[in-house]
Amino acid sequence: MDAHETVRRDIAQLLSEQRLATLSTCNAQGHPYASLVAFDVTPDLAGIVFATSRATRKFANLTDNNHAAMLVENSRNQKSDIYEAMAVTALGVVSELSGTSQETAVAHYIRKHPHLTKFIQAPSTAVLQMAVDVFYLVNRFQKVMEYHVGRKADPAAGRDPAG
Amino acid sequence: MSGEKLILPLAAIRPDDIDLAGGKGCALARLEREGIRVPFTIVVTTGAYQLFVDTHGLQERIFLELNRKAFADMRWEEIWDAALRIRNLFLTHPLPPALDHQLQDSLDRRFADRAAVIRSSAPQEDSAAASFAGIHESYVNVRGRARIVDHVRRVWASLWSDAALLYRQELGLRPESSSMAVLIQELVVGAYSGVMFTVSPMQEGQSVIEAVPGLNQGLVDGLVMPARWILDRETQAVVSHTPSAQSQAVFPADQGVRMASLAEPARQGDTLSTREIELIAEQGRRIESLFGAPQDVEWTLLDGQITVLQARPVTTTAAAKSDKRGWYLSLRRSFENLQQLRLRIEDELIPAMIREADELASADLDILDDEALAAEVRRRVDCNQHWSNIYWTDFIPYAHGARLFGQVYNDVVKPDNPYAFADLLADTPMESLARNRQLEELAGIVRAAPAVADNLRLGRLEHLPSSFRAALDAFVAQYGTLSSGVTGDREGGLADSTLVRLVITLAERSPQPPIRKTVDHEALAREFVESFPAEERDWAWSLLDLARSSYRLRDDDNIYLGRIEAQARRAAQAAAARLAGGGPEKAGAALQEALALMPLEKAASPDPGLTISPESSLRARQLVGQPAGPGMARGRARVVRSPGDLKAFQSEEILVCDAVDPNMTFVVPLAAGVVERRGGMLIHGAIIAREYGLPCVTGVPEVMQFVRTGDLMTVDGYLGIVIVSPSSPGADSASTSA
Repeated sequence: MDAHETVRRDIAQLLSEQRLATLSTCNAQGHPYASLVAFDVTPDLAGIVFATSRATRKFANLTDNNHAAMLVENSRNQKSDIYEAMAVTALGVVSELSGTSQETAVAHYIRKHPHLTKFIQAPSTAVLQMAVDVFYLVNRFQKVMEYHVGRKADPAAGRDPAG
Repeated sequence: MSGEKLILPLAAIRPDDIDLAGGKGCALARLEREGIRVPFTIVVTTGAYQLFVDTHGLQERIFLELNRKAFADMRWEEIWDAALRIRNLFLTHPLPPALDHQLQDSLDRRFADRAAVIRSSAPQEDSAAASFAGIHESYVNVRGRARIVDHVRRVWASLWSDAALLYRQELGLRPESSSMAVLIQELVVGAYSGVMFTVSPMQEGQSVIEAVPGLNQGLVDGLVMPARWILDRETQAVVSHTPSAQSQAVFPADQGVRMASLAEPARQGDTLSTREIELIAEQGRRIESLFGAPQDVEWTLLDGQITVLQARPVTTTAAAKSDKRGWYLSLRRSFENLQQLRLRIEDELIPAMIREADELASADLDILDDEALAAEVRRRVDCNQHWSNIYWTDFIPYAHGARLFGQVYNDVVKPDNPYAFADLLADTPMESLARNRQLEELAGIVRAAPAVADNLRLGRLEHLPSSFRAALDAFVAQYGTLSSGVTGDREGGLADSTLVRLVITLAERSPQPPIRKTVDHEALAREFVESFPAEERDWAWSLLDLARSSYRLRDDDNIYLGRIEAQARRAAQAAAARLAGGGPEKAGAALQEALALMPLEKAASPDPGLTISPESSLRARQLVGQPAGPGMARGRARVVRSPGDLKAFQSEEILVCDAVDPNMTFVVPLAAGVVERRGGMLIHGAIIAREYGLPCVTGVPEVMQFVRTGDLMTVDGYLGIVIVSPSSPGADSASTSA
């Protein structure tokens, strides 16, 4: 397996195993906010689906500024996490789903989070999807690989998650 | 952790206490209970080890060290480096008070005025499936409380030595569950000592006894040839006896052991009487019967009585027989062994190499006819191969001199920085630095005389001032034109050479101050030597001298080897020129054949797998290696895959390559930092980077795969990481030389 396949496999595995992600948003004034969301990933890794009430601060922030970051990781609150844990940071643009794309995403989401069926189907809930521009895979404490999904790499897109 | 389980007498060890006292400790306890004479022993249990490690959080630090990269991606040099850093953790942390109190109390009562032997007794060692014999450390004749405690730490640390890490990896043992008990034994100095295998590893129906005068270390460390008796396993009758004319044996010194000459009787080889052989054989048989398996018994004979020093199962499984323990042990070289190697290298090999290179250089190849030239090419290729072989068999092992020094330095000085010892070696004159100084002098002349610079740029060498031309020619005579990556090679024209290009580039920047010496090497050397008791200081100076020689040779040997290779290439170049000029067909065939043995194109470094194209969706953002030269630098990468790439090297670029060779380090004074795929703190790239005060990271497995010339890089030589930003499209197109 070459480096490309290994990185893609590691990202896909982590995103399918983990249920929660830390979502980072920013309001129009540039003030940041972080929140925990239950997420699902599309089979092609190009989209990360999550849901939130339209009354939340994250929804307001995303309405102001649709650029967001999402962190998924598998640490276990152990000292060994520092070299054993893996983290993926996804950067992209978030938009609200509707119509058949929303139905497809919700059906897939419910398979991963059946206990959240009522939540995601509530009229006040917005179903959102991050169109992933780039993933940063971090393992062995300090090794960081950059993976662009579904398109050629754009050097200008490389914002630094560690920075 | 219950306090009473930290230090135990043998009498308190039960047969199933392997996890607490290790295999060796349990075996000795069993022997003592059965009335077999063993040395007085106390056991520093695995509980003590665990308490020490837990108190200082060392387990996490060890695993952080070992998990920076996949173990399979670590070269031996990197594993040695990691082991050195781990060893320092054990040497520089104090014992927890509870353990310190109990240990001091036990030592005061039983070892206040007795010499001790400090032995490893890890639960994983000495099983029937795997022999760790020699992998973990043991120390003989250690006197004084503080020294004994120091040596207990060293035995603990040996659980994480390069050899132990590699051996456990091979056996598939999990490092997470590794632990170490330590035996502190009274030293028993018998007239003769030896080993008995109750089943011969060579012949199942036989037993073997080996014996040497004095301490067993002579036999175990391979310093004294033992006398050997082969016995019939059933009848215990002696089948054969191989005497050994021993003139020396190992005896206790003030501290530690030393080789000493023997009086006449021992030289006859009749070390043991028939009665003594019977006694040993009987004891071996009894121990085998106790443990229910063939045993490897170490014994010593004093006043007609056998004392058993240790007993362990003979490893009989196929896996154990085929393991590489011997190879791992060969990674450790003794001072005596290295001193012998030094004499051979400095007195015989290096002078012979220089003579040979001079002789080859002075030969006029133009006067040879085609047949003779073809023969000359073949002779030189053989000569080059001969010295390459010596490089591997003698020069590479001699590099252990610097490593041995590093370990001893850390043992006695206990510095916070485990690589502080490199400061004592860094002031060593090296051929590559002398070459670089000459380059800087040439650049200085060019800088001061714009007309010289112009003539060089335009290739008008005939217009150069005669004094400068003479200096340039003198450089070429010694080091060549630097174009082929082989020191001394004069390939191609001088006007278009890497040498001329480099001198111009060096001259374009402001004059560089001499390499700044920030440390007082002599003061450091005195501090090191004065850490030893007065009677050992001569030895300490000798070790430092050996280390400096080893460090210097590690760089110089490649330069000398380069000169030999350059002469093989000179003959090949002459043959190629002769072929290009046409000639009789028969002679041409001979030249062709000879030329095939010495390809003139130096191969580019092999591609380590998939090279990621600029359009790929995968990029490295931050790669992890080992910190090998402190500092931080940011600059454009210059990826060097073949010697030709060096010609384009620009000031303040980051040198990125597979493995830095002293034959290419002439660009290092121009560089802002050095990054190398090959790993280690004592490899060329790291040595030369430290000499120039450059940040250096080595052992970055994917660097040649993911970094392209022109990429913006940050080299963090403190943390051992490199951060990569993609090059701009313009830089990409300008970097096609790679």
